[in-house]
Amino acid sequence: MNAFVADEALTPAGPQASGEAEVLLRVDNVSLAFGGVKAITDISFDILKGEIRAIIGPNGAGKTSMLNVINGFYHPQEGTITWRGKVRRKMKPYEAASQGIARTFQNVALFKGMTTLDNIMSGRSLKMHRNFFWQVLWRGPAEREEIEHRKKVEEIIDFLEIQAIRKTPVGRLPYGLQKRVELGRALAMEPELLLLDEPMAGMNLEEKEDMSRFIIDVNQEFGTTIALIEHDMGVVMDLSDRVVVLDYGKKIADGPPEEVQASQAVIDAYLGVSH
Amino acid sequence: MVGSASATLRGEDTFPKILLHNAQVFGNRTAFREKDFGIWQSWTWSGVAEEIRAFSIGLQSLGLKAGDKIAIVGANRPRLYWAMVAAQAIGAVPVPVYADSVAEEMAYVLGHAEVVFAIVEDQEQVDKLLSMSDEVPSLKHVIYDEVRGLRDYDHSQLHDYATVQDKGRALQAQSASLKSEWEQGLAAGKGSDIAVMLYTSGTTGRPKGVMLSFDNLVISARNGNEFDHLDETEEVLAYLPMAWIGDHVFSLAQAFTAGYCVNCPEGMDTIDVDRREIAPTYFFAPPRVFETMLTMIMVNMEDAGKTKRAMFDYFMGVARKLGEKILNGEEVSLKGRLLYRLGEFFVYGPLKNRMGLTRMKVGYTAGEAIGPEIFQFYRSLGLNLKQLYGQTEASVYITLQPDGEIFADTVGKPAPDVELKIAESGEVMYRSPGVFVGYFKNDAATGETKTADGWVHTGDAGIIADNGHLKIIDRAKDVGKLTGGALFAPKYIENKLKFFPNIKEAVAFGHERDRVGVFINIDLTAVGSWAERNNVNYASYQELAQHPDVYAMIESHVEQVNRDLSREPMMAGAQIRRFLILHKELDADDGELTRTQKVRRSFIAERYGPLIEALYDGSATKYVKTEVTFEDGRKGAIEATVEIRDMAFHDAGTASREAAE
Repeated sequence: MNAFVADEALTPAGPQASGEAEVLLRVDNVSLAFGGVKAITDISFDILKGEIRAIIGPNGAGKTSMLNVINGFYHPQEGTITWRGKVRRKMKPYEAASQGIARTFQNVALFKGMTTLDNIMSGRSLKMHRNFFWQVLWRGPAEREEIEHRKKVEEIIDFLEIQAIRKTPVGRLPYGLQKRVELGRALAMEPELLLLDEPMAGMNLEEKEDMSRFIIDVNQEFGTTIALIEHDMGVVMDLSDRVVVLDYGKKIADGPPEEVQASQAVIDAYLGVSH
Repeated sequence: MVGSASATLRGEDTFPKILLHNAQVFGNRTAFREKDFGIWQSWTWSGVAEEIRAFSIGLQSLGLKAGDKIAIVGANRPRLYWAMVAAQAIGAVPVPVYADSVAEEMAYVLGHAEVVFAIVEDQEQVDKLLSMSDEVPSLKHVIYDEVRGLRDYDHSQLHDYATVQDKGRALQAQSASLKSEWEQGLAAGKGSDIAVMLYTSGTTGRPKGVMLSFDNLVISARNGNEFDHLDETEEVLAYLPMAWIGDHVFSLAQAFTAGYCVNCPEGMDTIDVDRREIAPTYFFAPPRVFETMLTMIMVNMEDAGKTKRAMFDYFMGVARKLGEKILNGEEVSLKGRLLYRLGEFFVYGPLKNRMGLTRMKVGYTAGEAIGPEIFQFYRSLGLNLKQLYGQTEASVYITLQPDGEIFADTVGKPAPDVELKIAESGEVMYRSPGVFVGYFKNDAATGETKTADGWVHTGDAGIIADNGHLKIIDRAKDVGKLTGGALFAPKYIENKLKFFPNIKEAVAFGHERDRVGVFINIDLTAVGSWAERNNVNYASYQELAQHPDVYAMIESHVEQVNRDLSREPMMAGAQIRRFLILHKELDADDGELTRTQKVRRSFIAERYGPLIEALYDGSATKYVKTEVTFEDGRKGAIEATVEIRDMAFHDAGTASREAAE
């Protein structure tokens, strides 16, 4: 979770204009195995700056593993990950976080007993610069710093329209709102790349519409690049600029939504064919 | 009009002029607050004057002219209130509309008003307006407050509020004389000019645009301020729709004339928290809000510990006995006063704090009948909650309850400068400086509503009680007469019955008949819980409704209503002579109620014809068979032999009834 202790100020980039786009992250020939189980086999794709990139595939296709590789939680046995033009060495999740990669989880992973405000505030911990001494003393510089961060958090609360639950312990909130709070915490890091693992799982239609709106707004207003895993095909087709499809740990399609939708390999993977 | 002379006597006669006056007199006092980013942001009167001037000049540069209509669409936000005054400074007329109305309805209003500009809250409203460009061909520019999501829109006719304001500021910086030119322009405004156009919600037919002049609003507002001793120290919470006359008067007209502070909540769902933080001193809410707050308290008390509950029960008992007396300034024993003080410390104070009403000086409720026990609950806590009766056409105030003269069943005495009379037909009519100029582009309707000498038909039937208070009894068109000539107001009688928790629904008959008969539906929850406590067994609504003890209980309620009616000279003739308890619950599925749970009188009269006959032919019981629709759509029948009871007539009011006729 959010035990981040690095410091590096990141300024979010402006919205991506069309034209030749800069590659933010590239995955080359990555393979990941747990003992004899091959979770990911020789996968390559890239994420362009400012786009919404969807990763889809049937259950067990290796989508979440792929996200875990990107944010440094798993280390692939083979292949390289290039982040902002530099080949990334083996890193810990908090290092990935400090470099501007934030994520949400499939099953909500918030601090249930803490309020919405505190949960989102925890997303700012990476940006707190005062050392332990000042934090303990609190008065003075640490207090001023906290006020600065609180301002940022309030902007996020305003953005996600969760003012009414600001002081409510997260455990008491309905699931759809918890998901929104989790998105808020990820946004608090002002990430360059936001990884969303099934942001709409278990939501009703209205909540899905809201969440879609927020994802688009995050992308447009903050210029944040987004990679998301989602099972709701309607959402994926509407939201994403490009889609990569995994099946049994292999990449079977990659391209714009319409193209992927028409691909025979994808149809087979979802509907099943006799081998 | 009567008022124009007194308006000039009392000072500035338009809101832009009042604004400049306030900027001088109250310069550094807070005029507006809005909770944004979790903090109450505030603006002083001189700050507001600057904001409005910049925006107004910006609007002018976009081509807004005197006489143009400018739509205001959105939730309560300082910028939207400012936009209204900014438009008025140029001589344009703001038209606030209900932000949550569907596009079709809004298109009609905007098209009818021929709006040229629209100031809206956010993307949602921008989309709505862009979708209706065909129906509103006059619309040239849309200005939005919230930028979010609108970056990629075509901005040839779409503008950001801040950009327009910045343009106004830039123009002022370029030309030194612009500011004084603007001030000269607004000085040319007169009290008789149209200040605002508000569309009545239109439960019957299309909405009508009520044109109100500055005189209407300014004089009514000043009268209201004087009546309740409101000054620049008040705090109000602006949370009711801006298109509603009440909000326009409380949050703009009275705020400007008194110079008090208007607080805009963070959002519709944070109002309870925001109200606690602000603790308004002047508060308005429809009865439903007070009902909800009371229910919340009762529910929370159920969960409270034993000691707390005992304390609550004990001190609420004290409050019920003494609270209203103390509030009305009546004599109360020293012991009583001390006990009430103690209650204030332990119970009433914390409760008021919880509801955000600690500082409330005056509170009003209006719109519909408030249950007497709810009304009394708040008053017994020492809250000066009062009722008023008003209309858009009157700039709100028709009658108000003066301090110390509060009755749960009246709406008060005529407001200052208001003349009141009851027409032959029983309809309430008034004449006041607040009376509207006319309906926009609808002279026929204006003529129907307003007489040549300025009296306005309210459409409500009412009576003026002995103490001079107005009592609204029903919609004028529903009021009938018994063959004996006595006035028969069905809803008045039904409401009296429905205030008993055991009675869920009542339908009164009597128009063109010799006496009043009533159908009653018992409330299954209330009577059911009574049955449980008293070991009464029952298997269905029907069985419970026929139970002799239940009949006796309802009979005592009807008796009580009759006794009440006999004390009212005009109503005494319409006492309930016979009643029966219906063998089935009235249900929207059977078409007996509307979907909003209102009784469909004519349908019921048809369906239960034999029972109505039985009410009037003197029979003691009647066998009926009624078809019912179950929830899954199947049909069935309920049969029953319904008992009809006779009631005694109370003579107390007979003499005065004749006098009243």
